[in-house]
Amino acid sequence: MLKVNDINVYYGSIHAVKGISFDVNKGEIVTLIGANGAGKSTILNSVAGLLKTRTGSIEFEGQSILGTAPHLIVSKGLAMCPEGRRIFLQMSVEENLEMGGYTRKNQEAEQSLINVYDRFPRLKERRKQQAGTLSGGEQQMLAIGRALMSRPSLLMLDEPSMGLAPILVDQIFAIIKELNESGTTILLVEQNARMALSVADRGYVLETGRIVSSASASVLLNDDAVRKAYLGG
Amino acid sequence: MKKVKKLRKSTRSSLITYGLVILFFVIVQVMMITGNLSSSLRGQLVPIAAYIVMAVSLNLTVGILGELSLGHAGFMSIGAFAGVIVSTSLENQIANAPLRLAVSMLVGGILAAVVGVIVGVPALRLRGDYLAIVTLAFGEIIKNVINILYVGYDSSGLSLSLKSANALGLEEGGKVVLNGPMGAVGISRISTVTAGFVLIIVTLFIVLNLMHSRSGRAIMAVRDNRIAAESVGISITKYKLMAFVISAALAGLAGSLYALNFSTVVAKKFDFNTSILVLVFVVLGGIGNIRGSIIAAAVLTVLPELLRQFNDYRMLLYAIILILVMIATNNEKIKNLINRVTLMLDLKTKNDPKKGGAA
Ligand SMILES: Nc1ncnc2c1ncn2[C@@H]1O[C@H](COP(=O)(O)OP(=O)(O)O)[C@@H](O)[C@H]1O
Ligand SMILES: [Mg+2]
Repeated sequence: MLKVNDINVYYGSIHAVKGISFDVNKGEIVTLIGANGAGKSTILNSVAGLLKTRTGSIEFEGQSILGTAPHLIVSKGLAMCPEGRRIFLQMSVEENLEMGGYTRKNQEAEQSLINVYDRFPRLKERRKQQAGTLSGGEQQMLAIGRALMSRPSLLMLDEPSMGLAPILVDQIFAIIKELNESGTTILLVEQNARMALSVADRGYVLETGRIVSSASASVLLNDDAVRKAYLGG
Repeated sequence: MKKVKKLRKSTRSSLITYGLVILFFVIVQVMMITGNLSSSLRGQLVPIAAYIVMAVSLNLTVGILGELSLGHAGFMSIGAFAGVIVSTSLENQIANAPLRLAVSMLVGGILAAVVGVIVGVPALRLRGDYLAIVTLAFGEIIKNVINILYVGYDSSGLSLSLKSANALGLEEGGKVVLNGPMGAVGISRISTVTAGFVLIIVTLFIVLNLMHSRSGRAIMAVRDNRIAAESVGISITKYKLMAFVISAALAGLAGSLYALNFSTVVAKKFDFNTSILVLVFVVLGGIGNIRGSIIAAAVLTVLPELLRQFNDYRMLLYAIILILVMIATNNEKIKNLINRVTLMLDLKTKNDPKKGGAA
């Protein structure tokens, strides 16, 4: 479904992503794990079209999306929920969601809104509330809900558990699992490797811009090196 | 249910704004008829209308789009001189003055929009305050270009020169429309208070409808959180450009209206100080607050007139009032904007050969 081949991404002279290749098959949850600064967000932003890659290729559903404008990538069914809960703080919950349906026709967006509210009743309760006044967990739900408004076939999530209390982390991961079960393919970026690997089918381990290992999630969970570096022994 | 209610709230606010302008217009009309309006104030009415449109349109760029423009007067200038040239050229073809005014303004607005695209496309693609830098330079360039431009009109049509009025080689009976540093001369004054009123209403209609539309929300989303906007599939460049070009076009319309109210107009009238003046209207009226822009532009345009009785202390009082209002409206957005403007001004002074720090 998504095929990333040998991409290199630079910030000026900083070589942040060094020849990375990976793929995501339909129906999977694939996770990229790695420490802070490993290049995880850079990879997602490149796939979403927010950053330019210098070399390599990115294919989605068999078509190259390299150099395609971000809004066109979204309309192809590839959505990203960016790191750090970037919601529109001044807008209401519902307006945030409506912005998420931007690439969809009006009726489709209305149906999406109903679906998102079904999945997140909490957001429905607070639909009039200004997004900036939501709690951290609710903001994360809003960010995910907003990404779902475009009805992506592949959803990329950048550190959805960041800064959340453990109970909320559990909730968010339960939601991710549910989303996947109802047919959305997921590319999940996490520093919380244990949680990520517990829901994922496969994982890639990143270190300073390179992939150092890749295997099924259960294998990585039991890998000595991975346990030492990312799972606390 | 909810949709209806939301609509009502924004509609009510818009209606108050329209109502305010209409009320103001009626009061002015009554005062004119009953002879209660001093002639100096009367002469200010069209400029007030033009400045209201300038302030509202700049608020679209600064408040709604969240980009800093320091050359809004440049678009006014384009509208002004284009309007004068069109109006003079069509004097015989379109005898009806209001119609000629409308055509002249339309051309001024369209030309300003075209220039807005040219200025906006490169500047708005970049992140950061590039638009401020580019518009700052643009305002200065326009002023200098018009200063050396000579345009004449005779039976063979328009002629153009960069040297002198004589170089135009006009026939007997031809007219110099634009006379270099002397500006546009011999303009037939076809602007009216009613035209100003109509332009304000049209401007409000465009800006308020845009703000409450899907596109308007996209523009504000870009302002509030660029990355989020991009990740939900909003085309950043498209919406930034949309807001900026509409803003430029409205400034062009205001410029035509303004220029056609005077018998002469010089390019220097639309310099950096005017851009800053309009920015002051926007800041004082409240960034993003359309009604505030209208009131600030109107009050601050007549204020120097009203203070005329204080003679020498006039500008001092003007400054004090400005400062007091600044303090009263003190908030984060304004501080943030002032920081950005100061940064740009530093840059301007450093690069200004006249004030040249290097020499
Ligand atoms: N905007 C930027 N400018 C310069 N360097 C950046 C920028 N964003 C990220 N980097 C650098 O790129 C590398 C990868 O960052 P990032 O992709 O954010 O990592 P992660 O998401 O895995 O924490 C880091 O060394 C980081 O310092
Ligand atoms: Mg990151």
